[in-house]
Amino acid sequence: MSERRRILVDPILATNPLTLQVLGICSALAVTTALSTALVMSAALIFVLTLSNGIISLIRNQVPRSIRLIVQITIIASLVIVVDQVLQAYMFEMSKRLSVFVGLIVTNCIVLGRAEGFAMKNSPGAALLDGIGNGFGYALILVAIGAVRELFGAGTLLGIAVLPTEAEGGWFTPLGLMALPPSAFFLLGLAVWVVRVLRPEQAEPAPEPQSGEVPR
Amino acid sequence: MASANPLAWWRGFLALPNDSPGKTIGIAFLVAFVCSLVVSITAVTLQPLQEANRFRESAAQLTGILEILGGGTPEPRLVALDTGAYAPLDPGTDSALPPERDMAGLGEREDVATVFELREGDRLAFVVLPVRGAGYQSTLKGYLALEADLNTIAALIFYEQDETPGLGARIVESAWQALWGGKQVADATGRVRIEVVRGEGAGPHQVDGISGATRTSTGVTNLLRFWLGPDGYGPYLERLGKEASG
Repeated sequence: MSERRRILVDPILATNPLTLQVLGICSALAVTTALSTALVMSAALIFVLTLSNGIISLIRNQVPRSIRLIVQITIIASLVIVVDQVLQAYMFEMSKRLSVFVGLIVTNCIVLGRAEGFAMKNSPGAALLDGIGNGFGYALILVAIGAVRELFGAGTLLGIAVLPTEAEGGWFTPLGLMALPPSAFFLLGLAVWVVRVLRPEQAEPAPEPQSGEVPR
Repeated sequence: MASANPLAWWRGFLALPNDSPGKTIGIAFLVAFVCSLVVSITAVTLQPLQEANRFRESAAQLTGILEILGGGTPEPRLVALDTGAYAPLDPGTDSALPPERDMAGLGEREDVATVFELREGDRLAFVVLPVRGAGYQSTLKGYLALEADLNTIAALIFYEQDETPGLGARIVESAWQALWGGKQVADATGRVRIEVVRGEGAGPHQVDGISGATRTSTGVTNLLRFWLGPDGYGPYLERLGKEASG
């Protein structure tokens, strides 16, 4: 695989920001109650991450080290405000459902992590690809969790009835747990487990017992 | 760096060592300037669309409040706030409020406001008054519905606010809004007495405050007293009352 292709594709499974690095899970818990919110949130994050990576990489050689984090956060926050404003103008209902979580992309560890860890050291082209790759890696997990939670929590997908619920004369009893944040934790844990079974190299090595430690 | 040619000056700036104070300040300023420009342009161009969305939202809320009241078609009326008379058209002008009378923290208020009257046959059943005022960190906007005696509150709802989630933002919860039904605006002498109190309210003029949101609660009291007072709908309500009794 060429270098460019690796930068783009690796973050989707091999170095997925959610399942390998376990970054940005706060928003993954909050916006995955339905597939539609997960999709919009993913799109917002892909936009912010790609552009912030590109812009920061573009100016990386001119940014004084002492203020680099402030500069990065300023750029990220501006992009987030733009996304939030666009949502409020064109997708008003959706922006009300996402409430503060679009604004909280500013504090999403993935965005600042990629800016400081990748964009500051690589060319704009590579940084753009890295942003798209990581954005889609985040989106993949978010959309998967959102789909499972909506399907088993409400029997619908994107608001369309898939499993006929008892309330509407069907057989399916919605799982109340799926509507609550802990279910996202369980599903995320399952996803991490599945990915690490498929790719054992991602599992962290078991800690070596320290000498002198009492065995339990 | 002291060159008259801006391009050369720019190159000189870029050639400065990254951690020199001049470049640090320069880059900080440039980033802040460009970012604020982008944010401002977005906010200003999208504002009309967002306003339209909020207006639709408030219209939906108004429909909701009218459904709770039940019956009658709401008739929008333009009211000149200074005199309380109906106005033929809305000139769209505002009057500044002197600070000592500006209880609701508005700065200025419109000369002509739109109110909604609900009639059953010829008899007035409800009036719905748009109200707004400063809360703790945002402007609270809502509708106050009065019964035909123009003193009993039928409902109070807020449709726009940006108060602290979990504290002041609870003014939009139906449990709190339900406390308002049946409360009396003024006492027998006609003095506006309605208020949100700390803790539990007692008597017909008091509504329970929201604990932890004293300033939002005070804001609600102040905006109601302003809009029901002489600078708000006071003259209009007085005229309606006279017409009903005479």
